[in-house]
Amino acid sequence: MPNNPTRIEINCETGVESIIELTDAEVAELAYQAELAAEKKAEEEAQAQANAAAKAALLDRLGITADEAKLLLA
Amino acid sequence: MPNTFELIASSTVGSGGAASIDFTSIPSTFTDLAVYIAVRGSASAGRGYVNASINGVTTNRTWRWLVGYDSNLVSSASGTNDTFGSIPCATATASTFSNVMGYFPNYASSNNKSFSVDSTAENNSASTWMNFLLAGLWSNSSAISSLSFYPDSGTFVQYSTAYLYGVKNA
Repeated sequence: MPNNPTRIEINCETGVESIIELTDAEVAELAYQAELAAEKKAEEEAQAQANAAAKAALLDRLGITADEAKLLLA
Repeated sequence: MPNTFELIASSTVGSGGAASIDFTSIPSTFTDLAVYIAVRGSASAGRGYVNASINGVTTNRTWRWLVGYDSNLVSSASGTNDTFGSIPCATATASTFSNVMGYFPNYASSNNKSFSVDSTAENNSASTWMNFLLAGLWSNSSAISSLSFYPDSGTFVQYSTAYLYGVKNA
């Protein structure tokens, strides 16, 4: 059993599939990319919440519902 | 489906999982490439991304998408990273896998390479899901000879699959 995660490599010319253990450096890069992904997801969620709050505030200021706003834009 | 649609290679992830699925030495004898990816990520989240590198690099990439997720529907400005598709992860509905279809027309030409992706993360949840259509561009004159697909976090779980097809226009 390999200690590190593995990747699958398929050579499309020969059809040979190889299971290759990641190097320690590749594992470290994987962890770094996971951290970046977590940050990106957090940013997405924060942005979505900010958008929803801004939308609700605008509708409130206009005194109309979301459905009425859709009617205006249709 | 045209009768020139030909399976080049495929792979199914085994019990140990896989950090990536890499198609190498892709022949340049077809007109277009199509890839079908049904994967699930091990990360402890409801959804994640399958990313892609082309010829071993993720540079010179731009894309725009029309994406629905959670309670949002967004047509987003161009991204510049390696995002390719959306996938379910560990807390998504059990035993569900992504439905990601990518198409690379004229992949062997000396022009820049456009591609499109139709992606569903497959999760029976109102709060953690993601579907999108993505239009991408790889600004490079080289023929595409390798494609690698990997999750943005964790690994692909067992039974994840990827199929690469070649399409000829005649």
